[in-house]
Amino acid sequence: MRKIIRRIKWLEKARLGAFVKILENRMAILGIIILLAFAFSAVFADFISPYDPLHIDLEKMLEKPSTKHILGTDELGRDILSRIIYGTRISLMIGVISVIIGLLFGVPLGAVAGYCGGKIDNIFMGITDVLLSFPSLLLAIAIVAVLGTSLVNAMIAIGISQIPVFARLVRGSVLSLKGREFVEAAKGVGATNFRIIFSHILPNCLAPIIVQSTLLIASGIIAGAGLGFLGLGAQPPTPEWGAMLSRGRIYIRVAPHICFFPGLTIMLAVLGFNLLGDVLRDVLDPRLRMLKARI
Amino acid sequence: MLAYLVRRLLRIIPTLFGILLIVFLMIRLVPGDPARIMAGEQATAEDVENLRRQLGLDKPIHTQFLIYLASLLQGDLGISLRTRQPVMSEILTRFPATLELSVAGMFVSILIGVPAGVISAVRRYSISDNIAMLIALFGLCTPAFWLGLMLILLFSVTLGWLPAAERGGIEHLILPAITVGMVSTAIITRQTRSSMLEVITQDYITTARAKGNPEKVVILKHALKNALIPVVTIAGLQFGTLLGGAILTETVFAWPGIGRLLVDSIFARDYPVVQGVVLFFSLSFVLVNLFVDILYAYLDPRIVYD
Repeated sequence: MRKIIRRIKWLEKARLGAFVKILENRMAILGIIILLAFAFSAVFADFISPYDPLHIDLEKMLEKPSTKHILGTDELGRDILSRIIYGTRISLMIGVISVIIGLLFGVPLGAVAGYCGGKIDNIFMGITDVLLSFPSLLLAIAIVAVLGTSLVNAMIAIGISQIPVFARLVRGSVLSLKGREFVEAAKGVGATNFRIIFSHILPNCLAPIIVQSTLLIASGIIAGAGLGFLGLGAQPPTPEWGAMLSRGRIYIRVAPHICFFPGLTIMLAVLGFNLLGDVLRDVLDPRLRMLKARI
Repeated sequence: MLAYLVRRLLRIIPTLFGILLIVFLMIRLVPGDPARIMAGEQATAEDVENLRRQLGLDKPIHTQFLIYLASLLQGDLGISLRTRQPVMSEILTRFPATLELSVAGMFVSILIGVPAGVISAVRRYSISDNIAMLIALFGLCTPAFWLGLMLILLFSVTLGWLPAAERGGIEHLILPAITVGMVSTAIITRQTRSSMLEVITQDYITTARAKGNPEKVVILKHALKNALIPVVTIAGLQFGTLLGGAILTETVFAWPGIGRLLVDSIFARDYPVVQGVVLFFSLSFVLVNLFVDILYAYLDPRIVYD
């Protein structure tokens, strides 16, 4: 019992240490502040948004930023700030849901391939090799071409393009862990393969999975905006950042603000996730930490 | 080296088969009746049947696949439903534009990324290092299509220095090349910096300095040569990013490449062209990766291949 308590305390200390290290890093703080601001906008969009994002007012079309409309209005007189605030929900949803899809399929695929080895590994990794043979945006576009253009299909498409990334990552981690003593011990007490993979090995692969998820949310947001920009993602009048840019580019000569602010918002959101991901990688991956210390 | 080459070429066969299978299934996986969707809402039942026969969708699936493979071997990717032209000729007409854009993007990435990475590493923690790393970070976070629009806004609309659209002389290529190459520039800058930092702490660099070589020679001749090996791999892998980026960049700059052809064909439900372009893109990507792997083996003979 004492041993268990000691172990829990050690784990808490280790976790606290990682947390403190994250908070000590200025870039991480910046990333967290940016992400908190976006999360706040997404949750409280109904309260903080100055106007209805879908409200059309043709008398106010293409208005430049002013005290009434801080970021101006678009080609249909809709308030750009309100559309960006509501767009946060959609873009974060694209990033998070695509990563969840990637995790749901990629993690078991990689874990089983790495643990079982042999033919199963060859087949599973063959599938990921094929998926990785398509540039990720191209794969997403191809899937949308098959499923049809919509926000949900865009999320599914981006999620599928992330499956091989997670599968490769988890397979590598599982390969490095499956020969360790705790796995042998679990086998010794008669644990099933399913239990060994999901209760013993995977919890020890969490650090790289968390880091990769954070970075892939950023990629998902950019890819979602890219599909929206091409007209293959969210459809009008949904206030999605990429789609806003796409419609705004026609008016770039007379009203550049329509394009400027949604793009800047995408960049900030991606920056937030990338900053956090980079710092998490430094803190959670001891090999990288050692490498950095040497450099 | 020869054994590695043969193994690497053999390894590509199942991947190619998988790509062909996925691309073949694209039309067949369209929800509902693909022939009806492609023919359009106003098509008669007879039109739909004709199209089904034309695409071979009335045959058993394995026969369809064999016909598809046989056609591919003859360079036949089908007929465009929109223009009634062979898909292959549509792609080949537009491919030079995409290739030009991707190569120019890669050129920009290497031209900016490698010197920026070297300067960053040599003057570690200096202002120039911090600025280069900050720009690289923003380069990774900026959506290419937005950067393209902002470049148009600044250099075409406001300053009037460069054209905003269409393919033409070198002046038409500058903005699209910067746009498509931005992410790769950022990645190559970071990779060059970290490779250089690793190399300049090695003993042979100290030896080169001890022999009285000028610092420029030590960095450019001894350090950079070895630091560039992983950069070559990263640069090669970036070709996929460039191809993906080309689809967006071509839309921003009205560039007549296969990326734009792909998007236009999706909207027109011209699935034979969509299939052809996806196949063409992925095969180019696989071949570039193969070339990079072989180049890597040639550049770094220490690597032992399993």
